Order: sequence, then structure tokens, then C-alpha cells
Amino acid sequence: MTGTEITPDTLTPVLTRRWSEERSWTLETYERTGGYRALRTALAAHPDQLITLVKDSGLRGRGGAGFPTGMKWSFIPQGAEGPGAKPKYLVVNADEGEPGTCKDIPTMMADPHSLIEGCVITSYAIRANFCAIYVRGEALHPIRRVRAAVAEAYAKGYLGKDILGTGFDLDIVVHAGAGAYICGEETALLDSLEGRRGQPRLKPPFPATAGLYASPTVVNNVETIASVPFIVAGGSDWFRTMGSEKSPGPKIYSVSGHVERPGQYEAPMGITLRTLLELAGGMKDGIPLKFWTPGGSSTPMFTAEHLDVPLDFEGAAGAGSMLGTTAVQVFNETVSVPWAVMKWTEFYKHESCGKCTPCREGTYWLVQILERMVHGEGTAEDVETMLDVCDNILGRSFCALGDGATSPITSGIKYFRQEFLDLIAEQPAVARPAQLADVERAADTELSGAPA
Amino acid sequence: MTLPEGTPEKLPGPAAPAERTWEAQPDQHPVSPTFDELTRQRAKEVIARYPVARSALLPLLHLVQSVEGYVSQDGIRFCAEQLELTTAEVSAVATFYTMYKRTPCGEHLVSVCTNTLCAALGGDAIYRSLTEALGGPDRPLGHEETAGEPGTPGSVTLEHAECLAACDLGPVLQVNYEYYDNQTPESAVALVEALRRGERPPPTRGAPLTDLRTVELELAGFTDDVTVAAAAVAGPSAAVESLRGTALAAERGWAAPALPDEPPALPPLPEK
Repeated sequence: MTGTEITPDTLTPVLTRRWSEERSWTLETYERTGGYRALRTALAAHPDQLITLVKDSGLRGRGGAGFPTGMKWSFIPQGAEGPGAKPKYLVVNADEGEPGTCKDIPTMMADPHSLIEGCVITSYAIRANFCAIYVRGEALHPIRRVRAAVAEAYAKGYLGKDILGTGFDLDIVVHAGAGAYICGEETALLDSLEGRRGQPRLKPPFPATAGLYASPTVVNNVETIASVPFIVAGGSDWFRTMGSEKSPGPKIYSVSGHVERPGQYEAPMGITLRTLLELAGGMKDGIPLKFWTPGGSSTPMFTAEHLDVPLDFEGAAGAGSMLGTTAVQVFNETVSVPWAVMKWTEFYKHESCGKCTPCREGTYWLVQILERMVHGEGTAEDVETMLDVCDNILGRSFCALGDGATSPITSGIKYFRQEFLDLIAEQPAVARPAQLADVERAADTELSGAPA
Repeated sequence: MTLPEGTPEKLPGPAAPAERTWEAQPDQHPVSPTFDELTRQRAKEVIARYPVARSALLPLLHLVQSVEGYVSQDGIRFCAEQLELTTAEVSAVATFYTMYKRTPCGEHLVSVCTNTLCAALGGDAIYRSLTEALGGPDRPLGHEETAGEPGTPGSVTLEHAECLAACDLGPVLQVNYEYYDNQTPESAVALVEALRRGERPPPTRGAPLTDLRTVELELAGFTDDVTVAAAAVAGPSAAVESLRGTALAAERGWAAPALPDEPPALPPLPEK
């Protein structure tokens, strides 16, 4: 480092730079724009040097949790004996399904080779000879593009036996999922990849020691792996010229919803919604902002108060949410918060895998309450009941899906409690003849002992 | 503890069951003539891709769905037989995943995103219009119901889907998992009416539209002919929306700090 601070530009296309190339998904375009050069550098190095490099770069997982990638790789046991003697695996999580998240699918469509080059470098670093890319089944065209790219890479000697004459072998399988949000959870993904129902596993043991086929496994997101070739090509200091000390590097921000120009904006970590809105042409038709998510529906929502929160891991957490997948969903004043929360909760209820009771039953009952409320039959206790149910899900469910399901509700009530109360208050509390008839009939039965 | 009846050890043992013989079940191979030699060969190829055979189950379920248009009991048995699993084990998996359909589907599957963001932008209205366009205003088509005789040309199965990961292009829908971006109720109704007439309007991104079975075969990892394979990589590199950030950066002269000409030296090996 020279010591002089370089302020990077507002937008820094790295991962997205090739996307605008003609036939960007082909090997020809990829190599012409510098592709597979990092691989040669990497394969000439010792695997542990690559792990150190990625640690030094400060790269954190782009799939939502933000775990330091180099540290994850270093947890893989190595050596000729004990757990290190087992085969190691790399599994790429391309099961993009978190509401609002739409960065991995365009990455795989437009630049599949950056993912494959990242897979080869990562597999070499962790000493894996088999890599599976688990793509959600509905992402048909990205699956085709990645498969075509894998075939090209095999033909050119970037995959298969004795890659580039280095003696390193790697096979990649592109595995199509079958429509289950829960498979984005890494241990559920591993179960699914083993041909089972996609339900999460108890941790520990973590995938680093007992992952795919109970062997040491690294599970990384597409954007994380696609960043690796650039870190090898540019070095950790280059990577750290963007973003902050603890959240370095460029990141794809997916701006969607009520803005003039929704799309993918790759910026140094820490950009604010205020800047993103300016880049995206402002609020659609000038209707003011009401609420937004910083990183998908599982990250607690923000409001117009949070326009200047730096969108990196620390900034989002400091303001009471999470960075998640930087899926910035923007909603204007026309959208009812109880309705939006109901829609999200219906999603979590549908996608709950059913393994643990808090999530399975909790999401079911939360949907009942919210649907009743939105359809005009809320009661004064509903808000407190929902908070109570959420309290019994958060931290008590088996995996993060249950925790995530509570985020829209608790944050929605936190910022818009009055809207929930107003919605309930404007509903005629007694205008429920069907239910009242039931109650009366039950009371009659109890008194007379005769069935109604 | 001693029970009133005495200790269990002192009780007389259970009577030996009378010996019964069971008639041999008729051999059920081959499972179904539907799964021909080609399908069996493909199943073997799928299994060979993985270090452990059972990993092939999801692709195999896509494969049987490509043959029959849904996952039938025969399909379940076929998978079980290929992987030496019980039919219960295969059923447990097949029923877990949304993409495996348990009843025959139409030539096309139309999936409308009705998750929050798409719904707020018009996805709910699109879905409602399609239920009426395909079923009639007095009898709207239900979730996973089919307009027309399943499997026949022009038949369309409708479903509401969760987030399809194209939020910047919302409201979106998919036909056979090909993306149709930025839809309106009118454009979506025109699309399904064209499908009902046997036409195949091209998707916004992706390959020319085929049918659900062809797509399921692709998901299992196969294509029937080379033209389909060539089309597989057709279409634009990315949607206009996906390129907005890079386009704006180019317009304003913004870029990431330049990569060095040669990769910098890697850090030294850590000391053990």
C-alpha cells in the first residue's frame, strides 16, 4: 500500500464489466477480456498461498451471511491422515431464491466462465477434485449457459484431468434443483444434492468437516466464487481499494421495485440507498419512498429514515437490519405494509420445509392472522399475538429460514405499528356474522347438551 | 421391578407363528414400457456423473417428468429401481419439490411470480387475468390446473410461483421456465392465448420456446437434437436492466481501479 487513499468511483463494474460484451458468455469473449489468466497464476502457486490471499483480501460471502471466505476455506482439514485424508468438495450455491435477490442469475447468464474459473481456483486451494454447481431449477437459461461454458472449459483443458499440465484434476457437475427456497440454506442444499428432501442439518458438524457425503466441503455463493479470479488477478490491495476495512470489495446491488430504472448496480460496498436511488433515476413517477429491504425479505425493512445507512455488513447491522444479498427492494407510499408483510409471510409458510415446529407452525399461524387482518377481520390483539409468535420462532427454529420469516413482521410493526392498528380499527369488530353464529351455536350446545 | 404377573423372564415365550408361504409377486420389470432403452441409458449416464449414485435422484425425477409430463407412480418406481431405493424414499423426495408435478401437465407450464414485489407491480393482477383467460370469468382456473387436455398441443398449466429471481424485470412470468419480463395483464393474456392457439412467442431472454417435456429433459442434462443445443446459448448476453449499472458507469466515466498488467506476487506461504 502506498498510503495514499484512493477514493473509488461511485460505480465500479468488476463482476458485471463483461456483461455488456457481445456473446459475453462464450469462452472466446472471456479469454479475449483477460479470462483464465488468473487460473495460470493460481495453479503455479501453493494452495495455501491462495487461501492466505483470499483471507488478506477480506472477501466475505456474498450469499447473505457475510462469513469471511478465506477463513471458511482454511477450515477444511488437510493432510494425509485423519479427516484431511477424505475427499474434499466444492459446492456452489446458485439456488438464488431470496425474494428480491437477482444477481446470480444474470451473472451465470452473462459471464459463466468467471464462475467456472473461480471454481477451479477455489477447488485447487481447498484440494477438491469434484465441484457441484447447484442451480435452482427454474433458472433454465443460466443452467444452459453454465453447462455450455463447462463443456467449453473441458474442451480447452481448463477442466478435467491434468488441468493445464499441472497434474490437478477437477470435474464440475451443473446440478439443477427442483424448486425449494430452503435449498439455499447450505446444509439443506447438501441434503438435496445427496438426493434427499432439502431439509437443514444440525450444526455442528459444519460442512467444513462433514458436508457433502460427510466429507469436508466448502459451500460458497456464485458471486463469492466469481470474485476469486479478480482477487488473484488484482491482489488483495487492489480488492481493498473498494469498500471498507471490514467489508471490502465491489458488490452487485440489485435495485428493484418502484424506481425509474431498476437493475444491477455494482458499487464498492457501503453505497447508500440515497446514491442508489439517484443512479436508478429516483422514485418511479415521483411517488415517495415508504419502505425498502437492504438485502431481501429476510432482512428487516428500512424506511426513508435510513437513506444514508452505508450498505455494508457493519452499516446495515448497525441500523438494525442485515446486508443479506444486497437485494434492494423499494416500495412507495401506495403499498400497504400489512399487505406486503402478509405476502412475504405466505412465501415463508409455503417454503418452510416442515422439519422444525416453530417455523412450520409459526409461519402457518402468522399467515392466518395476517390474511384475516388484510381481509378485514383483524382484532386488537393481533399485533401482540404476532410479536409473541415471532418471539417463539426467532432463535428457536432449526435454520435461518424461520428467523428470516419474522423479519418482515417485527420490522414492519416496529416502523409501521400505527398502520396495523389503523387497519384493524377501521374494520367493524362485530361485522363477522359467520363467526358469531358459530360462537352462539357452541354456547347453545353447551347449555342444552344437544348437537346444533 | 416385579410386575403382578411375575417377571417377564418367567412368562412363557410367544407361540411360534404358523408357517405361511406367500406367492411370489409377478416380476415388475420393466417398470413401464414408457421408459424405453434410451431413458434407461440416460439414467445410467446421470448416475455416472456423481461420486454417490443417490445424488442423481433429482435429475432422474426431471428425466421421468420429461417422458411422461409429470412424475407418475411408474416414474417413482423407475427412479427407485435405478438407484436401489424404496418407492417410499423416492416419493418422499418427489413430493418435497415444487417442480415435480404429481398430475399430468399441459404442453406448457405458465408460472406467474406473485411474491411481494412482483405482486405490488402487477403480478397479482396478471395471475388473476390468466385464471380468467384460461378458465373463464365464472370458473377461473385454479393453481396447477390445466386448460385443455393435459399433454395435447396448446394445453396450458397455470401456477403462481414464488420469487423467480428477476425482480429488476418485474412483474415476470415464466413459460416452461423461460423468462418473459416486464409483463402486464394484457401482454400475459395475449401470451397464453397464443400458446393455446399452438404458437410459441419467443421469451424476453433465453432460447426459443419449446415445451415442458423438452425443458425437463434439458434440466436432467440432455438435449434431443443439435438445433436445440445450439439454441440453448441463444439470446442476449443480459437484459437491458441487468446492464444499467455498467451502462451508467460507462456514460459517467466511472470504473473500478484498473487491474495491474501482471498479477501481483502471491503472499508467502504461512508458517506452520
